[in-house]
Amino acid sequence: MTGQGHASAVVPVGEPMLPRIFRVVKRVRETADTFTFNLVPADGGQELAFQPGQFNMLTAFGAGEVPISISGDPARPETLVHTIRAVGSVTKVLCRAAKGDQIGVRGPYGTPWPVEQAKEQDVVIITGGLGLAPLRPAIYHVLGHRADYGNFELIYGARTPADIIFWRELERWRGRFDTRVHLTVDSAASDWRTNVGVVTHLIPRARFDPENTTALVCGPGVMMRFTVQELRNRGLPLERIFVSLERNMKCGLGLCGHCQLGPVFVCKDGPVFPYSRVRDWFEKREI
Amino acid sequence: MQSIAAVLAEHPFMKGLTPRQLEVVAACGEKVHFKPGQFLCRDEEEVLRFYLVYQGRVAVEIFSHRRGAVTIRTLVEGEELGWLWFDKPYHWHLDARAVELTRTVALDVNCLRQACEADHDLGYEILKRYGHSLAVRFRILKLQLVDMYGG
Ligand SMILES: Cc1cc2nc3c(=O)[nH]c(=O)nc-3n(C[C@H](O)[C@H](O)[C@H](O)COP(=O)(O)OP(=O)(O)OC[C@H]3O[C@@H](n4cnc5c(N)ncnc54)[C@H](O)[C@@H]3O)c2cc1C
Ligand code: FES
Repeated sequence: MTGQGHASAVVPVGEPMLPRIFRVVKRVRETADTFTFNLVPADGGQELAFQPGQFNMLTAFGAGEVPISISGDPARPETLVHTIRAVGSVTKVLCRAAKGDQIGVRGPYGTPWPVEQAKEQDVVIITGGLGLAPLRPAIYHVLGHRADYGNFELIYGARTPADIIFWRELERWRGRFDTRVHLTVDSAASDWRTNVGVVTHLIPRARFDPENTTALVCGPGVMMRFTVQELRNRGLPLERIFVSLERNMKCGLGLCGHCQLGPVFVCKDGPVFPYSRVRDWFEKREI
Repeated sequence: MQSIAAVLAEHPFMKGLTPRQLEVVAACGEKVHFKPGQFLCRDEEEVLRFYLVYQGRVAVEIFSHRRGAVTIRTLVEGEELGWLWFDKPYHWHLDARAVELTRTVALDVNCLRQACEADHDLGYEILKRYGHSLAVRFRILKLQLVDMYGG
């Protein structure tokens, strides 16, 4: 098969394990435990061009290194943007970084969302929780080249209103005439005025032509599995449903095997895959 | 103005019924509109109506003294409220409140039950839809139970 979503990523050469030093120029609190950081090269050197869906290995010095997706605009690579949830030893240290602090960056790595392949098609983006962060570059891309695509539907679910990230942008996207944004939470107080219910219940409402649609899906594993089933029920073939996978990583370069899932290395062959390629290993008990 | 049968013909729950069946069902219905804040049903009341929403948004709420009213689900155009009416007599175990101006066809459940008893072809069609509705609700419930965002 061909197409950018299917091929392995080209790994940058040089000193592949050596991080470049970046400096935090802005820190935004998204939710109680999730922060967005704007970074620039501390050496004033070259900006980091990337494709939507790629990730970097970020080093919190003294704590360790973790893979984190790039959440910024690919058309504005002068600022590197990452959105990080504090879940464990490394991400908690990264999330404490303040303006002026330094973070190590290796990358970008991995395969992108198939935004080029999806041209002239309807695009449906379905995402839950922090899954919106790896998809935001793809959203920027589609909106930046809006005339190249058909219907554009964004379905985003979170546990509660307090867990929603990128509020202001969601509002802005919702205000556009050429984009339909469906927002839902699993439960809410009675003053919440939009949808309540799991993210999959919105899929029947999305407007797209299954014959001519690409779906991009990112979120917790269970959410992605149920989402794929609903998209299938709407007639979308598995080859045109793309998911972004997470595995523990060490090298990010396809060398150590830490991120292996069945026959693929998530860092190099992914993280973005057509679902048809990973369905046998996706969220399966024995892996 | 669209007739009740015409509204029903476009509603996913009733889509595919024959014109004759639609007329029978429509004879059990009336169009009922709710302003924002008005309740379609209240906890513990007897279920007398089965609502097919064709415009607007409804919040389905459960009230507890500790947490107040918690919205567990919202309904929009093309969805239905009160599918447990088949099981008689049934009482609501939730509140449903219009969030926006909401237009529904409210079907009298006794009338609908009698129509299904009198014409089993119609009864079977309604039961198929009822079964589908239950299956969808259970799928959604499963996902809600696993708390998919929970770490
Ligand atoms: C390709 C890729 C892209 C990613 N993009 C992002 C991103 O944009 N933003 C982001 O915040 N994270 C992202 N992650 C996840 C991130 O890499 C992990 O959260 C991180 O590695 C955890 O390391 P830690 O040392 O902080 O936690 P650890 O100390 O290793 O783990 C502590 C606890 O957190 C749990 N945990 C570990 N990973 C996760 C997780 N992903 N979600 C929830 N709980 C977890 C563990 O089960 C453990 O209980 C991505 C991962 C991959 C593979
Ligand atoms: S992280 Fe080393 S092979 Fe993928």
